[in-house]
Amino acid sequence: MNLDTLIFLGLNGLTLAALLFIMASGLTLAFGLMRVVNLAHGAFYLLGGYVGVQVVQETDSLALGIVTGGMVAMAGGVFMERLLLQRVRGLDLSEALLTIAVGMIIADGLLAVYGGSPISLPLPPDLRLPMDLGVMMYPTFRVYIMIAALALGVVFWLVMTRTRIGAAIRAGVDDRETAMSQGINVPLLFAGVFGAASFLAGVAGVIGTSYMSLGQGLDVRVLMLSLVVIIIGGMGSLKGAGVGALITGLVYSFASGYAPQFALFFLFLPMTLILVFRPQGLFGRTT
Amino acid sequence: MTACGTSIWGVPMAEPMIEVADVNAHYGLSHALHSLHLTVSRECVAMMGRNGVGKTTLARALMGLTPPNAQGSIRIFGQDVAGWPPHRIARHGVGYVPQGRRLFPSLTVDEHLRLNLRAGPTGERWTVEGAYELFPSLGQRRKSFGNQISGGERSMLAIGRALVTNPGCLILDEPTEGLAPSVVETVATGLRELSQEGVAVLLIEQNVKAAAMAADRAYFMAEGHIVHEATDQAAMTDDEVLAKYLGVSA
Repeated sequence: MNLDTLIFLGLNGLTLAALLFIMASGLTLAFGLMRVVNLAHGAFYLLGGYVGVQVVQETDSLALGIVTGGMVAMAGGVFMERLLLQRVRGLDLSEALLTIAVGMIIADGLLAVYGGSPISLPLPPDLRLPMDLGVMMYPTFRVYIMIAALALGVVFWLVMTRTRIGAAIRAGVDDRETAMSQGINVPLLFAGVFGAASFLAGVAGVIGTSYMSLGQGLDVRVLMLSLVVIIIGGMGSLKGAGVGALITGLVYSFASGYAPQFALFFLFLPMTLILVFRPQGLFGRTT
Repeated sequence: MTACGTSIWGVPMAEPMIEVADVNAHYGLSHALHSLHLTVSRECVAMMGRNGVGKTTLARALMGLTPPNAQGSIRIFGQDVAGWPPHRIARHGVGYVPQGRRLFPSLTVDEHLRLNLRAGPTGERWTVEGAYELFPSLGQRRKSFGNQISGGERSMLAIGRALVTNPGCLILDEPTEGLAPSVVETVATGLRELSQEGVAVLLIEQNVKAAAMAADRAYFMAEGHIVHEATDQAAMTDDEVLAKYLGVSA
């Protein structure tokens, strides 16, 4: 076992963990509030990714591409929540099937528009250069992705612990019915969280394209990884999303490097054990 | 304590604040409330009865948590609130202390109060500090989470968070459960004073002493029906009535 490989796989794992945290943080809060698992989340990643990368290609502005990707995914999320999901509120199976259907429609629509060839993100030259981390040289943009995820974690922590909206979200995740009886408009709060979660999925789609090329089937792959993250961490828990993303990212990276034929086995083993022995996840609460 | 004005949200002093007419509700498959009629003006009214007679279902129906069947009406401050979502009813000026307290494990004592703090029909009469003055032991547990405080403190916090919404109408589902007798007296006296200030208080209670201390009159429920009305405190503590509807003596 070579030390450089070990460090490289570790850094790759942290990059994936950062992307997964950006994807899963909003998804887990939205689930906690209304118990809706959004199975179109991977499609919003793809939607934001394709649109954002096209904007980067046409304008040479990475920032504009990231914001546009996020906004387009958010528009899709808000549209789905306000016009479709609201009509089947409380019907678990209908909600799940509806999100799957929307996800498939979006993915097929993107295939029709952008074609099936893999697309990668054209980065500005200074972000393409490797950065010296002391232990090894590592792509600069991936380091920025990790910093962005850390910053997002800090922002989430501040919002959740220091603001009234954060307290209302925690109350809604703890006990939706009681939160509503105390005057908290949980459905509106959910719409906001759902929109923010979709925005983050779109942003992840743009920046993640520097790590995984956009292509057919990627929506299902990132959705699957995000679900593993929130099941391990505990649905509704931000801390859980952070820890779950670290576990998932590192396990997937090391397994892909050292035993690629068992990568999925190592990924789903911890999830299966948690589902059996601690179904609420590492940081989730039983209701 | 200062007296309220002549009206709250446009409801004249003499009008009922809560008016329930012909309300029926189902809980699962069982018919839990049968054609209920009741009114609560600016007074404290106790709703008494044994376990499982429908008292909690009534509170939940008033809050929109167990929506009643379509034919009846629930008017609060003169407006029909049947079909409203619970958060709208709460924002209409209804404070609610649910059975079992239902505190949030992720929120501290202080956050429970600050989250609910708002100007309501009674203006800004109740503040977070006011709640701590009413229940001093809560003031010493400000940073504790909802699941880290004692049973008595949970009841106090559940009442406190309803008070800081400055409600025009307060629905309490067995608020004195688990409280020490001295605190029960504080709560009962506080509810009586609130009703004297003009707040409509509906107190669902099995503790006869607490109900008699707080309430002006009482309804008795059995099997989803209102079966008796005691129009004053003496009638509420009548041995025969208590033995018949609660199986206890005063």
